[in-house]
Amino acid sequence: METVQLQKIAQTVRQHIIRQTYNAGSGHPGGSLSAADLLTALYFCEMNIDPANPGMKGRDRFVLSKGHAAPALYACLAERGFFPVEDLVTLRKMGSKLQGHPSMILLPGVEMSTGSLGQGISAATGMALAGKLDGDPGRVYALLGDGELQEGMVWEAAMAAGHYKLDNLCAIVDHNGLQIDGRNEDVMNVMPIAEKFAVFGWNVLEIDGHDFEQILDAFDMAKKCKGMPTMIVAETVKGKGVSFMENQVGWHGKAPNEEQAKQAMEELGGEL
Amino acid sequence: MAEKIATRASYGKALVELGAENPNIVVLDADLSGSTQTKKFADVYPDRFFNAGIAEANMMGMAAGLAVSGKTVFASSFAMFASGRPYEIIRNSIAYTNANVKICASHAGLTVGEDGASHQCLEDLALMRAIPGMTVLNPADDVSARALIKAAAAYKGPVYVRLGRAAVPVVYEEGTQFEIGKALRVREGKDACIIATGIMIDKAVQAADLLAAEGIEVRILDMHTIKPLDKAEVIAASKECGCIVTAEEHSVIGGLGSAVAEAVCEEAPCKVARIGVKDIFGQSGKPDELLKAYGLAAEDIAAAVKSLKCK
Repeated sequence: METVQLQKIAQTVRQHIIRQTYNAGSGHPGGSLSAADLLTALYFCEMNIDPANPGMKGRDRFVLSKGHAAPALYACLAERGFFPVEDLVTLRKMGSKLQGHPSMILLPGVEMSTGSLGQGISAATGMALAGKLDGDPGRVYALLGDGELQEGMVWEAAMAAGHYKLDNLCAIVDHNGLQIDGRNEDVMNVMPIAEKFAVFGWNVLEIDGHDFEQILDAFDMAKKCKGMPTMIVAETVKGKGVSFMENQVGWHGKAPNEEQAKQAMEELGGEL
Repeated sequence: MAEKIATRASYGKALVELGAENPNIVVLDADLSGSTQTKKFADVYPDRFFNAGIAEANMMGMAAGLAVSGKTVFASSFAMFASGRPYEIIRNSIAYTNANVKICASHAGLTVGEDGASHQCLEDLALMRAIPGMTVLNPADDVSARALIKAAAAYKGPVYVRLGRAAVPVVYEEGTQFEIGKALRVREGKDACIIATGIMIDKAVQAADLLAAEGIEVRILDMHTIKPLDKAEVIAASKECGCIVTAEEHSVIGGLGSAVAEAVCEEAPCKVARIGVKDIFGQSGKPDELLKAYGLAAEDIAAAVKSLKCK
């Protein structure tokens, strides 16, 4: 797929993120917007998946370890045809399959229930182990937040994935530099990220997380790397695409009001 | 004198048999495979055994990932580190996803012995029982442990199995049938009912012998399944025996005693006394010394039955 087309889809995904969080009156727009390009690349180019058969044998799997970016995941799943786009506005509402954080039991296409940070990468490691056992051609992808790296469990999983040489596992850090209480470096420094994963036995790539050519190249390089898992450290902008949300800590877990949502949609070339 | 076998040894034996029957079974451990006895499986099926190292949170997370990929996963450590430390991972990654993971936790309770309070998990039944969809098993001896491990393997969904370190008497005939959720009547009697679980079954039988010598005939129920609780048998015990003494090698808070008291209060009130550890930590010592010191001996159960003055 052409970069231009991917950019267009990512813009639609961003519009859905604003619409969903506005309608829900809560949610996490900042970290969803920063991950939108990475998820678009995975769901519309990289992964071998079939919306008509979510449990397809040999498929690639994606785990949203930073489960609070659920609006971005739901937007991709809906646009990819896993469920009707109209359902997106049910996010966070009673009885919806679109829970505040993803549930694999309720929503086909979600490979792992997440939301509690640190657990997704660990489950993805287990999935990759199962893939190795079965000789399954499918690859396992996981997206982590940078603040999430403060969870000790991430490093337990990183150690295990390196130890078991899980080259069918490709993780990505959405490195937007911000978390609920402020900047990573003020709350709890996570740097240097690349060096940490390297010494845990990972193949580490550093890219611009909003540049589709770099994203897709990194996925290719990950596939070619044998004998170790790959970590892609993607430099991103929290709130990317909406001027007043970009690089603002306050937009981590707050929904836009009507006026803000309208302005955001205008910037994203859509309507509320 | 009955033969003595630790339920963790029964687990190791059952795992090897299950490994032969079901190629889909994988086993995880956290650097305690010799103690939990998963090493027996690892020796025969090295390709299906994964050591997580001393990292129980990630062990449970990997177990969830393996299970949602179609594996039947057994994950083991000491009860303290298999229930308490990774509690939230068990809740969110295993139970919330209804993952087919069997958490087989050895070295539970006071009878860990000399390792002391840090390793004597007395809260695991309470923790696991509170999680929606979690089945909680606590076998009494070698025969029931092997049977219940196999029943857990055949059951689809998350199961917690509590196992012990110390060798305990074999109380059941080989071939005795055990069904998840169905209490077993070990002895009949109408003067009182002792509902016991795990290694306290043996103590309950001793207590019943002491009481029989005084003309008190008690029923004994083996509540090997703490959740789902066999309420029908609890209610029958209340109505037919008039009073109940529970016995568990666990805190009196949240485990068998609580589960029985809840069921009795709601559906068939009767006097209930709870034998268990009274909301305190354990300490180093020999298993039987500890059971006596903490009020978990056969004599304590017998005294509790008499204190209720049912008859």
